[in-house]
Amino acid sequence: MISRIVLQLAVLLLFAPLPLGVITKTKALFAGRVGPPLLQPYHDLARLWRKGFVFSRTTTWVFLAGPVVGLVVPLLAALLLPFGGLPAPLSFSGDLILFVYLFGLARFFTAAAALDTGSSFEGMGAAREVSFACLAEPTLLFSLLVLARGADRLALGDLLGPQLADRWSGGNGASLGLILVSLFVVLLVENSRIPFDDPNTHLELTMIHEVMVLDHSGPALGMVLYGAALKLMVQGALLVRLALPLQTGSQVLDLLLFLAGLLGLAVLIGVIESSMARLRLPRVPQVLVGTLLLSVFALVLVLR
Amino acid sequence: MIWLLGGILLIAGSGIPGLLLRRDGNAGERLACVLLLGGILLCGVPLAAAFTGAPAAFSRPWTVPAGRFAVGLDSLSTAFIAPLLLVVAAGAIYGLGYWPQRTHPGSGRKLRLFYGLVSGAMLLLLTARNGLLFLAAWETMALSGYFLITCEDRLAEVRRAGYIYLIATHCGTLALFGMFALLGQAGGTALFPPAGALPAVGSALIFLLGLFGFGMKAGLMPLHIWLPGAHAAAPSHVSAVLSGVMIKTGIYGLVRLTSFFAEIPAWWGWTILLLGALSGILGVLLALAQHDIKRLLAYHSVENIGIIALGLGLALLGRSYAQPALVLLGLSGCLLHVINHGLFKALLFLSAGSVIEAVGSREIDHFGGLLKRQRWTGLFFLGAAVAICGLPPFNGFVSEWLIYLAAFTPLQRSDPALFPALLAAPVLALIGGLALACFVKVFGISFLGAARSAGAAEAREAPSAMLWPMGALLLACAWIGLLPTSLRPLLERAAGDWLGAAALPPLAAELAPLGAISLAAWLLLALLLLVGWGLGRRSRGLPREVGSWGCGYRVATPRMQYTASSFADTLVRLFRFGLWSSYRGGRVDGLLPEATEFAVRTPDPVLDRTLGPTFALLGRLFQRLSCLIQNGTAAIYLLYIALTLLVLLTLLPR
Repeated sequence: MISRIVLQLAVLLLFAPLPLGVITKTKALFAGRVGPPLLQPYHDLARLWRKGFVFSRTTTWVFLAGPVVGLVVPLLAALLLPFGGLPAPLSFSGDLILFVYLFGLARFFTAAAALDTGSSFEGMGAAREVSFACLAEPTLLFSLLVLARGADRLALGDLLGPQLADRWSGGNGASLGLILVSLFVVLLVENSRIPFDDPNTHLELTMIHEVMVLDHSGPALGMVLYGAALKLMVQGALLVRLALPLQTGSQVLDLLLFLAGLLGLAVLIGVIESSMARLRLPRVPQVLVGTLLLSVFALVLVLR
Repeated sequence: MIWLLGGILLIAGSGIPGLLLRRDGNAGERLACVLLLGGILLCGVPLAAAFTGAPAAFSRPWTVPAGRFAVGLDSLSTAFIAPLLLVVAAGAIYGLGYWPQRTHPGSGRKLRLFYGLVSGAMLLLLTARNGLLFLAAWETMALSGYFLITCEDRLAEVRRAGYIYLIATHCGTLALFGMFALLGQAGGTALFPPAGALPAVGSALIFLLGLFGFGMKAGLMPLHIWLPGAHAAAPSHVSAVLSGVMIKTGIYGLVRLTSFFAEIPAWWGWTILLLGALSGILGVLLALAQHDIKRLLAYHSVENIGIIALGLGLALLGRSYAQPALVLLGLSGCLLHVINHGLFKALLFLSAGSVIEAVGSREIDHFGGLLKRQRWTGLFFLGAAVAICGLPPFNGFVSEWLIYLAAFTPLQRSDPALFPALLAAPVLALIGGLALACFVKVFGISFLGAARSAGAAEAREAPSAMLWPMGALLLACAWIGLLPTSLRPLLERAAGDWLGAAALPPLAAELAPLGAISLAAWLLLALLLLVGWGLGRRSRGLPREVGSWGCGYRVATPRMQYTASSFADTLVRLFRFGLWSSYRGGRVDGLLPEATEFAVRTPDPVLDRTLGPTFALLGRLFQRLSCLIQNGTAAIYLLYIALTLLVLLTLLPR
């Protein structure tokens, strides 16, 4: 089991920054620019790790707890998921609830770290982050209910296991399609992508996630960015596994297919970010409630 | 059992010797604390035996009519008594530092007397096996609770809270009298029938009366009216006992009552499930809209009672539809959440008390930056906040996880009638998300950032008599979070006690993943410590001498920080249809606006928006009627007498 954990974490830690590079490159191509190299996120992280810290005088240890929890949570959550051919190293009945609540823990400490600076901008970001997450969580649970229908064991490793391909071709294709859309929206919200949040904007008043980490610097900022990359990969893994449940039989091939799926997801996010504008903040709850209804329909379909 | 009865007597009488001692000396309060702790140790002996699976019972004839004096200690009672002993002990020690008689000579002795009495009465209530004994203990608890709540009776707000509490608790007791009368009629004696002994036919009224009486004490949603005011008015360690333990006696009543029946009609489970969902969602929303830290915590009690009721409702449905897995998971989640909520809510109230004592205010917006001045209190509050949000690695996660598993169960075993129960899972997720928002708000606004008032800027850490009990409670929270398997035998036996003769088929597999939860919690803790240690080492000793980034604005003041009401505003406006908040002021006109004020308040939708106006209207109506009848003219009174005589003469037979 130890070797499987190490392998899974190694794949995660090494691969995670790459999708961010792909997203940036896609956006640059859409804008007619060359854009930074694909491996730029790795260079950014290395540079931040070599820098020093700057701390505001209002901050306490909670300010550093935010990046720490934000980095640790995706590591642990990744152990509950199958990565293509690699089965989930840690799998037990009910681990899907742990998966959801681990990200809750990260949100708690990221928002608390933002409030620790005493800046009203970061307070705004923290308030928006926790408010929108309230609407995203029921959607996530409805989607998990759809996934768990008919399964013997409520473990993510089983729900996303080999029988998923049969369910797509069986009678459940429509509801799986609906939750695929719902989960994609949840992914965009949770990872602060357009149309819900813009990671590149520099107007503090309009941001959500980026404004919460305004005061972080040096290695702590590096950990925030790395944690965000890990989170995107882990939550993306859920989506990719759901969309591409193919199993060729060879572990290496399956893993490569899975990683290619992640890059495909990154391209998709890049296309959306290039072709859509950011939503006005009051619109965000409406979209989230709409997505919630979509996942309710999926549940009704699968229960019928 | 003799140990237990002796312990109960010692606890109940712990405040009496103090009455003979000086009102402003510390001998009385120390003696009371020692007696109480001694009583708790005595009670611990039979409890430890019951923990390992040896139920105890004691019964002897008494002169009161109907039945015998009967007490018993089974796993079901143990699950409620264990947190009670811990919370009461922590509160008693905390009280030495928080409410010393030297600074509160007027109320110190009264507080100790009723603190002991309420604890003893609750212990007796949880072990009573006779309806009359139960009612006597119930009423002692309710009345002692009133005197505890009105400890500071010179404040009008406290007197009002106590008055509402007294009305509410007596309405509940009235229903319980009716319920026990009907129950005695059905069973033929006032003694509690054994589990699963009564037929369900004709028990609808018993259930409804019990639901009203016990639901009133527990604070289920439309019946929660007494709870926020009373918890806010009482001294903090009393609030801890009220909220951590006393409201759970209502849940105990419901669990015990439902154990008597052989089969459970399905509508019982659906009713409790619905009330639980309502309490959970509205409780946390109302909490989010509060600015008074103790009222806020009180509404969170309503929310957590809702979560507990969700578990109980699922367990009842499991019995109605013959789903043993649902019974075991639902009831385990319900009982474990009773234990957990007792621990972390008591801790929250105790640390809130420490903050209130240091700052001199209950308003969250007067705190700020307290983690720098109260590092231990802040740490304890943070731990309890993480636990109450149901986040790993603390205990709240384990019980919510069990209830989630129960809610997922209908998916696997297809009985279409049970499908609506699946909605408990998203409801729980919504409650969890809102609770997280609320506790980020409380912790962030109170303990982080810069001080928002002069009181907060000069706050001091609490004395060690207040810190140690809080530390013990946090350790207990961490214990259950990291080693949930240690409570597994208790939970399984409690489910057996609840079902009685219709014992569970062996379900070893259902609770087995608790071991994996434990592993994941340890892994999380180890990773957090490792990464935190690494980052801490790199940043140790670095100066903190610049201001926070303010978009280029250099003279930011603490008043510009985000406030508690602005933090909650997005969600409060989103759910305004259930909250009916009132907004006052805040309009800005013209190019050079004048100074203006803005205030947002969220009164209780049941008490202040519905019951209050209704009863005020009725009061005015009756007052007008009485003015009309009693108008002070002597002739009219003579007329009344003549009329009465006339009526009597015509009615009476000759």
